[in-house]
Amino acid sequence: MIEREQVLHVAKLARLGLSEEEVETMAGELSGILEHVDRIAELDLEGVEPTSHVVELENVLRADEPRPSWPRDTVLEQAPDPDDGAFRVPSPQAEA
Amino acid sequence: MGELLELTVAGAAARIAAGDVSPDEYFGAWRNAAAGDDLNAYLWRADEREGGAEGPLGGIPVAIKDLFCTEGVETTAGSRILEGHRPLYTAHAVWRLLGAGAELLGKTNMDEFAMGSSNENSAFGPVLNPWDRGRVPGGSSGGSAAVVAGGLAPCAIGTDTGGSIRQPAALCGIVGLKPTYGAISRYGMIAFASSLDQCGPLTRDVTDAALLLAALQGRDPCDSTSVGIAGGVAPPGGEDLKGLRFAVPTELAHDAIDPGVREVFETTLARIERLGGEIAEAPLPHAEHGISAYYVIAPAEASANLARYDGVRYGLREEAGGDLIEMYETTRARGFGPEVKRRVMLGTYALSSGYYDAYYGQAQKVRTKIAADFAAAFAEFDFVVTPTSPSVAFGLGEKTDDPLAMYMNDFFTVPMSLAGIPAISIPAGLAEPPGGGPQLPVGFQIAAPAFAEQKLLDAAYVLEQAVGFDPRPSPSPSGAPYAPMGDIRRTGSGGGGGGGDG
Repeated sequence: MIEREQVLHVAKLARLGLSEEEVETMAGELSGILEHVDRIAELDLEGVEPTSHVVELENVLRADEPRPSWPRDTVLEQAPDPDDGAFRVPSPQAEA
Repeated sequence: MGELLELTVAGAAARIAAGDVSPDEYFGAWRNAAAGDDLNAYLWRADEREGGAEGPLGGIPVAIKDLFCTEGVETTAGSRILEGHRPLYTAHAVWRLLGAGAELLGKTNMDEFAMGSSNENSAFGPVLNPWDRGRVPGGSSGGSAAVVAGGLAPCAIGTDTGGSIRQPAALCGIVGLKPTYGAISRYGMIAFASSLDQCGPLTRDVTDAALLLAALQGRDPCDSTSVGIAGGVAPPGGEDLKGLRFAVPTELAHDAIDPGVREVFETTLARIERLGGEIAEAPLPHAEHGISAYYVIAPAEASANLARYDGVRYGLREEAGGDLIEMYETTRARGFGPEVKRRVMLGTYALSSGYYDAYYGQAQKVRTKIAADFAAAFAEFDFVVTPTSPSVAFGLGEKTDDPLAMYMNDFFTVPMSLAGIPAISIPAGLAEPPGGGPQLPVGFQIAAPAFAEQKLLDAAYVLEQAVGFDPRPSPSPSGAPYAPMGDIRRTGSGGGGGGGDG
């Protein structure tokens, strides 16, 4: 069972703002999903190798050849708040 | 004009190559058809053809799921957070299609970031099923399935993470192929769950699926997990299924299969036997845990992949006058819909300190066991077969209040995704939905060992010829035609409750 405090903690980790209503519904919904998912906790999988990727790959190497990258102005065209050739963001430090 | 729209992709490509049909005329016919979209299936449509290259797809317009980046053309992934986003580059898969002569016809609607199996999670409104406008087309590639089934595009591409090509193909009565993981580059395909995501075709028939796959597959230096299909892909063929062994999973006794779906499945098995194929049961003991493993692994990877949407470099930014962290939180709160928030929360929880081994670690071990189950089956059998989806197309809003019920749509498609093997859904017949109503398409899923696409396509082709399915829906009058797209885009909500990845 996921408690309200856990929802708030996870939302903080995920940098996700949740409304009061969302916090309530999320607690119930996540609990329901995790209850189903918890069935795999009962399987005895001691010693089984985890699979992170299905294609068995050796290191894939390529020649280290320089290529042009995107012009700065082109990239900044997509930015919500470009400024003087850079991405501008609010101050990382909350104002006192 | 109408006659041009009747041609398959293979047929049209041959007529264009022979000079019988002009590419301009053919494109014009499809552009007009696409302009009549009353399914809310397109998010963007091309005004004119670019004058493509010569090649096996010369002059063929293709509808592209809006998860694929297209240079200069709005690419939203069905999300408010990317509304208005114009990528700087084109996805490798799209680039390959264009290189083979295809034309970009439009970008198709989808569940937000491919999270859903009903297309009700799009920020731009749901797509309607051309067989019954009161029902969902499936998802997440719902727009791509609907345009092909509804006569709005000759063919389309989509992506499949847990069934997102196969399930909508089944619910719309067309062919959908999820190739082996690594067959097609993921470069420029907006990431959902990187160890599962795979591009594939949605087409009217198996021959067209093979034609698109032949163009799409191949190694790409920009995706180190892409390896291509050795030997390429040839047009499928064959007369019978003699000597081929088809496994039906013993654990198929899934109590939530619609009786109508089960009946079509049984009929198809009998058809396979008449074609000379052998049918037997085979155990896939861990497949039933596929949903549990998938709904840990996919959200975990998604929570990491979606961390990039932070309002800094592109896409939506929302500020509430606070600091940087508050900007991130506000942007993501307003930019993501309910299902995406649910997945990000689930994934972040599963990866958080103290829970990692119990959830993500355990799910990855289940994945190993599911892959081993398939390997054991393929030691004795050529294919594993199941219904594609436990139900026919369900009603709009029918499952949105229960995320877990929606996730169960993926019961038959998720195991193949976790094992990374190819699987195709072909229309096998029609069935009446529970509760009555006009008959709806039922999909039959065939899975094969990794990189055995040619063998899979050949068998699917033989079966398709025997089924003789008429892919043209005769839409029922239930549900009024959808409002014009412009209105939806202004008023579209972030979608309702749940959504699997059908």
